[in-house]
Amino acid sequence: MKTILRYMKPYRRRVAFGVTVKFFGSIGELFIPFLLEYMVDDIVPTKDLSRVLWFGGVMVLCAILVRVANVKANQYASSIARDCTRDLRHDLFSVTVGLTGSQFDSVTLPSLISRMTADSYNVQNFIGMIQRMGIRAPILLVGGVFMAMLLDWELSLVFLCMVPLMAGVVLFVSRHGIPLYSTVQDNVDRLTRILRENITGIRVVKALSREEHEKTRYNKANDELSRSDFRAGATMALPNPLMNLFLNIGLVLVILFGSQRVNSGDMKSGVIITFLIYFNIILGAVLGLNRIFIMYTKAGASANRIGSVLELGNVRPEVAARGPREDVPFIRFEHVSFTYPHLNETVESADREYAVSDISFDLNRGESLGIIGATGCGKTTLINLLMRFYDVTGGRILVDGYDVRSYELSELRRKVGVVFQNDMIFADTLRENVAFGRDIPDEELRSALTDAGIITFVDSHAEGLDYMATKAGANLSGGEKQRVIIARALSGRPEILILDDASSALDYKTDAALRRSIRENHKESTCITIAQRISSVRPLTKILVMEAGETVGYGTHEELMESCEIYQDIYRSQMGGEEYASA
Amino acid sequence: MPPLSSKTDKPKDTKGTLIRLLGYLGRYRLGIFAGVILSLTANIFALIGPKLAGSAITAMEGGAGAVDFKLVYRYASLMLLLYIVSSVVNYMLSFLMMNIGRSVGRKLRADVMDKLMKLPVGYFDTHQTGDIISRVSYDIDVISNSLSTDITQILSSIITVTGAFALMLSIYAPLVIVVVVMIPVYIWYTRYMMRKTRPLMSKRSAMYGMLNGFSEEMFSGQKTIQAYAHEAQSTDAFDIHNNNACDAYYKADYQAAKIGPTVGFFTNLSLALSATAGSVFYMKEMITLGQVASFLLYTRKFSGPINEVANISNEILSSLAAAERVFRLLNEPEETADVPDAKTLSEVAGNVELKGIHFAYVPEKPILQNVNLKADAGKLIAIVGPTGAGKTTIINLLMRFYDPQSGEIRIDGTEHRSYTMTSLRKAYAMVLQDTWVFHGTIYDNIAYGRSDATREEVIAAAKAAHIHKYIMCLPNGYESVITEDGGNISKGQKQLLTIARAMLYDAKMLILDEATSNVDTRTERQIQSAMRTLMKDKTCFVIAHRLSTIRNADRILVIGGGSVDEQGTHEELMAKKGAYYKLYMSQWE
Repeated sequence: MKTILRYMKPYRRRVAFGVTVKFFGSIGELFIPFLLEYMVDDIVPTKDLSRVLWFGGVMVLCAILVRVANVKANQYASSIARDCTRDLRHDLFSVTVGLTGSQFDSVTLPSLISRMTADSYNVQNFIGMIQRMGIRAPILLVGGVFMAMLLDWELSLVFLCMVPLMAGVVLFVSRHGIPLYSTVQDNVDRLTRILRENITGIRVVKALSREEHEKTRYNKANDELSRSDFRAGATMALPNPLMNLFLNIGLVLVILFGSQRVNSGDMKSGVIITFLIYFNIILGAVLGLNRIFIMYTKAGASANRIGSVLELGNVRPEVAARGPREDVPFIRFEHVSFTYPHLNETVESADREYAVSDISFDLNRGESLGIIGATGCGKTTLINLLMRFYDVTGGRILVDGYDVRSYELSELRRKVGVVFQNDMIFADTLRENVAFGRDIPDEELRSALTDAGIITFVDSHAEGLDYMATKAGANLSGGEKQRVIIARALSGRPEILILDDASSALDYKTDAALRRSIRENHKESTCITIAQRISSVRPLTKILVMEAGETVGYGTHEELMESCEIYQDIYRSQMGGEEYASA
Repeated sequence: MPPLSSKTDKPKDTKGTLIRLLGYLGRYRLGIFAGVILSLTANIFALIGPKLAGSAITAMEGGAGAVDFKLVYRYASLMLLLYIVSSVVNYMLSFLMMNIGRSVGRKLRADVMDKLMKLPVGYFDTHQTGDIISRVSYDIDVISNSLSTDITQILSSIITVTGAFALMLSIYAPLVIVVVVMIPVYIWYTRYMMRKTRPLMSKRSAMYGMLNGFSEEMFSGQKTIQAYAHEAQSTDAFDIHNNNACDAYYKADYQAAKIGPTVGFFTNLSLALSATAGSVFYMKEMITLGQVASFLLYTRKFSGPINEVANISNEILSSLAAAERVFRLLNEPEETADVPDAKTLSEVAGNVELKGIHFAYVPEKPILQNVNLKADAGKLIAIVGPTGAGKTTIINLLMRFYDPQSGEIRIDGTEHRSYTMTSLRKAYAMVLQDTWVFHGTIYDNIAYGRSDATREEVIAAAKAAHIHKYIMCLPNGYESVITEDGGNISKGQKQLLTIARAMLYDAKMLILDEATSNVDTRTERQIQSAMRTLMKDKTCFVIAHRLSTIRNADRILVIGGGSVDEQGTHEELMAKKGAYYKLYMSQWE
């Protein structure tokens, strides 16, 4: 709720204006039945036609005014909902794209997406609705109770006895109903998970003829979902009839108590009739408030989810004060250690605490480093640390003589051209995918695409650089995607070029050609290559061999072939004579 | 993310969809009948309540000392009874309808899964996962909710309108005309507004869809965005989508904001009209004042539901649209059925032969043209070639995930389509590049293909795949649960799990499609002896980038651009100095 209020605050004048209009609209709405009653009770018996017509006219006028006020107020409310949500989403987006690696991991991608989408829609609807329903129901309730009290406060007290009971219902529902719904949500998640597993693994399921097994598994989840959904629905269906019942019991009490007072002469029976009218108004208001309450629980949860991301935006990585430039190689890792903050809960941490520990190496401008080692040994972590997606837990990393923590993030990253493992193609033209917001002329882009070995593909399309990639590059093959992404990294002629498993989708021939053109045409870039294949790292200046987060070898190919057993092992496994053999 | 678009779109074949949906409701006709009765009861009670209160008050009219307590108590206790019963009836009604709605939802979900298991693999290759999932997670939910609430609403609206109308007629028929003339106005107005707002709502949904897509894409590529310091630009691009979405929301809402107050205006107008007209009739002494008062009461009851119906009809349309999407999925053509006299493939020797195979996923783009291949039992066939040349397609054809347009595949001399699909597929074990694990224990994942495997066998397979040690390091060993997409274990370990799965699954023919691509080369070497055991006595089809792994193949098939360029042993192909030679030598560059 704090989040919602914060975003409504800049528009408080317009909110105040809209609410005022709505207030008068609602009062007018209440006024019409009073006019009607006055007319029937007092004017009509006088049989004065002109007065009747005049009153009819006033009612029509009133109805017109009410309509105009309500329409205006509603439109005002949606314009405020529009503006608040626009601001909110803008902030949410810019915070999300700026989240650090560990912040991003802690919220997770699917959750960030649903906060931006489903949650922001909930908040938008709520802001729109609260300014409409949120005015009317309280006015009706307060007005109804006030008028009833004015009429006969003792009778009202009898009626108000029911309030604790109704509060009890609301409490019950918020205690029990809402948790039931989160169970439903969990069951929905489980069902869709099984479904997704079956869709992505359809080949395996069919190959092993496990269709029946999968159906059983799915139907079990389906039954559980239906059961929990039903339980939640059965609970949430309670408040309406219960509220109705309590209010009506209150009414019966009013009649019983009232009859005593009428009998004792303290009150006229007509008062009870008027009371009935107020009772109906109060009933409507209570049910309306109940709806607002349910809406609020939903929107409040969404707003909290958004708010917690926005708060993360306040925790930015600090830029440390910069000391004098140190006279060291261009890139230097000094006893770097790191542990993923969130990994402590996962399985992998069982046997390893540090993602990387005590890594040191130097790299001069224009030199190249290859990092090789088993999957999950911490190669990518080094890149994450160099680019400051995470901060080192121990040691330090220097780029161009300064600690990476003393750089503005954008300044540091502007030096780098990078291809990540599983990197992204965006739904945009090839030109934009390569230039990626940087001001790079077409010739440069074409030369990068040439070096990446993908220029013939680009030219094979009539649109050339304007060829549109679909979402996630679905209209490109794996190899084409990878090469476009490599062109993106090459095109800025970055000081540091990082290729993390960048050619896994390329066959040896294409890979070899690519490496050759990088060696020849991007001499000025200091290049870090993470690879599985020896052939990819063999010609590089230095090679770092890693195992379980530690350095097990560092040197040139020749040195490592001499000294590093694991490297020799890898070499033999790829180049050596052993292979699958038919028995 | 539920596709918001479905909120407003219109079903194309309303009648057909409705009939089919009614078919689902058919088995609950007793329940629906009970619902009608309950609804009738509840609404009659709602009409009686005020009358009882009125009677109780009448009993007090004597004033001080003359209240007829006996009557008051009687009416009060009747009221109490009525309200309790009506609350129970109301609850029972929503309970019943909810039950029906949820049951239909469950049945639909089960039917969809049933269908999915019967669809050919091609369907999954050409449809987005998220789209299929939203049939179940969103569309069916819309249908089930609509059945739970809308039917009750419509019933009660119809009953109230008819009841109020009948009561109004019974009071004074000529006065009804004043109310009735408003009906066409209501209908005209709601239709007019619907026509006006629907395109705006569709536009809003489309804009929301684009906003969703854009956010999803940007967040997925968040690291890349940061790496290229592209945050500001992507935020600018986002703002465009955001503005579009907000504007579309406002434009739609701007129009929709008129509907409620306008319908309310009509209600007030008909109130004013009937009050005035009623007064005139009263002055002409055609009706009593009491009748005017009750008539006005019913006028209000009469107009309320009309507004409701306008709202609900929108919801019903969208749930029909959702139902249509579900039915469209249920109508998809299923996997080719087995031929009538299909044999069960048992006692496989493992001779596989491909003859004159032509295949294309889309007619204009042939993938395989005239492919011939003979694989004798126990031989190792390697398939190599550049990315996208059609290596995996051959696997798809062998497993009958797809059928070729022409040509035939023979197993032990018999065309493989004459076997049952199940027995044919059971004859193959396979390990794919895209490792697939499901949310469940490691044990279940390994034993997936063979539920009858003993624990010893599972452990032996895991040991052979060099994953046993890793498993034993986990807190719960074999009972450790792999989360969705195997996020808590690495790609390489997942692949080892699937290798263990294949080892456990004893089949005469083996398919390895980049089976060790995610395993680092050292581990790969360590599992080589196990791989050899796995491949022993089997006809193997191996796809591999690393050519060193397939050097000893009995036959190497070099595929390039749709046809087989070369076939032969490593030595033969090297001697030929053709495509294979070039591919092989490029590893050493």
